[in-house]
Amino acid sequence: MSDTLSAARLDPADREALLDTATPIVIVGHVDHGKSTLIGRLLYDTDNLQDGKVQQIIESSKKRGLAVEWSFLLDSLQIERDQGVTVDSTRIPFRLGNRQFVIVDAPGHRQFLRNMITGAADAEAAVLVVDANEGAQEQTRRHAMLLRLIGIRHIIVLLNKADLLGFDEQKIRAVEKSVTELLAQLDLTPSLFVPASARDGDNIASHSERSPWYTGPILTEALAAVPSGNTRAALPFRMPVQDVYRYDDVRYVAGRIERGVIREGDTVEIGTQGSKARVAKVARWHAPERNEAEAGESIALVLEPDVIPARGDMLFLPHQAPEKTARIRAHLFWLRQEPLRVGESFRLRLSTAEHQVTVASIDSVLRLDDLTEQQAEEVGPEGFAHVTLVAGEAIQFDPFSPGTSDGRGVLVDRNQRIVGGAPLLGPADLKDGHAIHPSAGEVDGAQRARSKGHKARVVWLTGLSGAGKSTIARLAEKKLFARGTDAFVLDGDTLRMGLCSDLGFTEADRHENVRRAAEVAKILTQAGQVVIVALISPLVADRALARKIIGDAFDEVFVDTSLATCEQRDSKGLYKAARDGKIENFTGISAPYEAPTKADLHIRADGASAEENADALVTHILNVI
Amino acid sequence: MDHLDQLEAQSVFILREAYRKLKPLAMLWSLGKDSNVMVWLARKAFMGRVPFPVMHVDTEKKFPEMYAFRDEYTKKWNLDLLLGYCPPVEEMDPTLPPAARSAARKTAGLASMIETHKLQGVIAGIRRDEQGTRAKERVFSPRGASHKWDIRNQPPEFWDQYATPHEEGMHIRVHPLLSWREIDIWRYIERENIPLVDLYFAKNGKRYRSLGDSDITSPVESNASTVAEVIAELETTKTSERAGRAMDHESEDAFERLRVAGYL
Repeated sequence: MSDTLSAARLDPADREALLDTATPIVIVGHVDHGKSTLIGRLLYDTDNLQDGKVQQIIESSKKRGLAVEWSFLLDSLQIERDQGVTVDSTRIPFRLGNRQFVIVDAPGHRQFLRNMITGAADAEAAVLVVDANEGAQEQTRRHAMLLRLIGIRHIIVLLNKADLLGFDEQKIRAVEKSVTELLAQLDLTPSLFVPASARDGDNIASHSERSPWYTGPILTEALAAVPSGNTRAALPFRMPVQDVYRYDDVRYVAGRIERGVIREGDTVEIGTQGSKARVAKVARWHAPERNEAEAGESIALVLEPDVIPARGDMLFLPHQAPEKTARIRAHLFWLRQEPLRVGESFRLRLSTAEHQVTVASIDSVLRLDDLTEQQAEEVGPEGFAHVTLVAGEAIQFDPFSPGTSDGRGVLVDRNQRIVGGAPLLGPADLKDGHAIHPSAGEVDGAQRARSKGHKARVVWLTGLSGAGKSTIARLAEKKLFARGTDAFVLDGDTLRMGLCSDLGFTEADRHENVRRAAEVAKILTQAGQVVIVALISPLVADRALARKIIGDAFDEVFVDTSLATCEQRDSKGLYKAARDGKIENFTGISAPYEAPTKADLHIRADGASAEENADALVTHILNVI
Repeated sequence: MDHLDQLEAQSVFILREAYRKLKPLAMLWSLGKDSNVMVWLARKAFMGRVPFPVMHVDTEKKFPEMYAFRDEYTKKWNLDLLLGYCPPVEEMDPTLPPAARSAARKTAGLASMIETHKLQGVIAGIRRDEQGTRAKERVFSPRGASHKWDIRNQPPEFWDQYATPHEEGMHIRVHPLLSWREIDIWRYIERENIPLVDLYFAKNGKRYRSLGDSDITSPVESNASTVAEVIAELETTKTSERAGRAMDHESEDAFERLRVAGYL
């Protein structure tokens, strides 16, 4: 097969258009209101179809014994054609005069909302297709709400199939009025209503003779008027750290600038810990040297002093800090099939950061039938709600704002599946009545300590698998109990058999395992107990979380046994299995162990007997309780 | 930032995400124009290095010029090259039309490389504008243990949050060029001066617009013999890029069947 490519020259205006960045436009609306037909027709009328594609449509339509079906262009997947519905969003480059667009076609089928979000989330503007004959339907409301939650403010309403109303001005104005009222309830103001027939091409790319009363812009004119350009460079500087590389003895802090501008010589503040550093170099490879960078650029910074930020740390200029809170008010669009309930925990992804959060309250749920906010116990599949999220540590963020990447929270479940979008609105007020208020007991800690003869304490043993944590803990428990100290061992395997049996060994699951262990230990200390926790807890961040949950009555004990010794013992056969690749994420082999640098007690277990090590632990505990 | 700057920044962001989240990771290097751009973008992301292996799934039916190019730039760009080979065509699904059946060898070759190297991430240079089914792809596209693409059940992907593997035997196909158009690729090649196999440039009135196996790829008629001339030609063409790739045209769904089974 061979084709001749024409080599005719373009005029300068056309070249300009091809060099342009395309403006993404999403097309949404209720099923069968005519979205795909609209796109097919629009591409055809504006001469944006490749010859091969038109041919394919015509052949496909003929094969099925139909007149030319414009929607077949988009439904290029076999399964879609056979079912007659679009199953996923598609992006089609499209040119209008000297401007480039990308049309995102989003499906109207209810269960495919997540596909629609995939297509629509980065659009500048939306065309909401409403069948003029049927008016707004359930999905019209749902899609309009989603446009609001993902931050699209520029909305063109296409009143399609106006031919079915004979292009009657009065009837069409009535539909326009009811749709306007509906959108107003969602705090949305459409920029335009266009009466049209996508199938016949009325008011799509040329003014229709059937609607002489309509003097406003036709669809192509309305698209050409969509505001473009972004103003993110004018906002205060933000760069979430994506990764840190070290090449040829230089440390590069890599990331994409989400807002503002950074210049060499600027001082930046790093994350929540408040440390500062100077930007010594804005580094790029194979690019013109520039000593600054602006929003949208993916760059690498060399900092002085040579600090090591973590992925997710936000870089910002001093005095321009983002919000910082552990309790956040958020909007929510829920994508999981099972409903959301209060108390569920998730990972909140926020640009490159990830935080463990719990849904502390469902503050209201939107009822789509009449667009009112209702009190509810749960958020159903594809529902919209206001919720309060609580984290174990303060989270830094800018409140959600259309046209920026601010506050774009995404909830991820234990299996790393995206279950919802959560535009973060701001700090949650503790006094707003939805907080959890555990009832305080009549007996306080001091009374319990007097009764038991010792204070409560958590002693947290960390170390490799097979380091001897549980052995030492059990021996110490026995010795302490024998002298009247109420000690109790919480060990990793026991927790995993019951309380944590739903968790695996990914980083997120390990983190959750540590969190639960710490919460249980905390409750036991409230009962006056000395708790000896024996848990690998490989990451500094995990142990810091445990310390934060438990508070002052916490000691970190490093059971320091060399990897070689642990592997030689291999009492559970785990090291062999990990070496054979049968176990993934095994600490010390295929997952990191970050040894404590400032443990409250450092047991060098290699050189001593378990008995001696337990004695050292007992001595330490007796000193602190 | 102009259009190419924006595309570059987004691709660099995607490559850095892949490198951070997927281990082990490798990039497919088919030696074509798109995959050269992809290697180049990796060097942009990692300060001149490609910190993961590049893989060539060799059908042993490529043009000799392509093998020469591979050997030259593996050295020049200091690439860690992994080679994989494809099983004979007789072992492929006999119900596929002939060219698609031949192309299916590459799917099998790729699958065996993914298993051998236990890859969690495979970076591939497909673009949405190439073909209808590719337009449906995600930037991070999860593949089950059988490497099948579950088009009906793709995860949501928005606000730059991508899927990560969550089951044994899964891997992620990473597509950093998904939003690029053919013309963007050529403009970027021109701007960055990225080397290419000569087959893309016209000799005796013909050139290749897309490169596959030598027996199922045909040239187009063209006099464009430089990057600038190719760009001028593309600015006005309405013929689709893969017109010369036989397996796309054998039957309406041949290419989709290839892709569902794990083809790129």
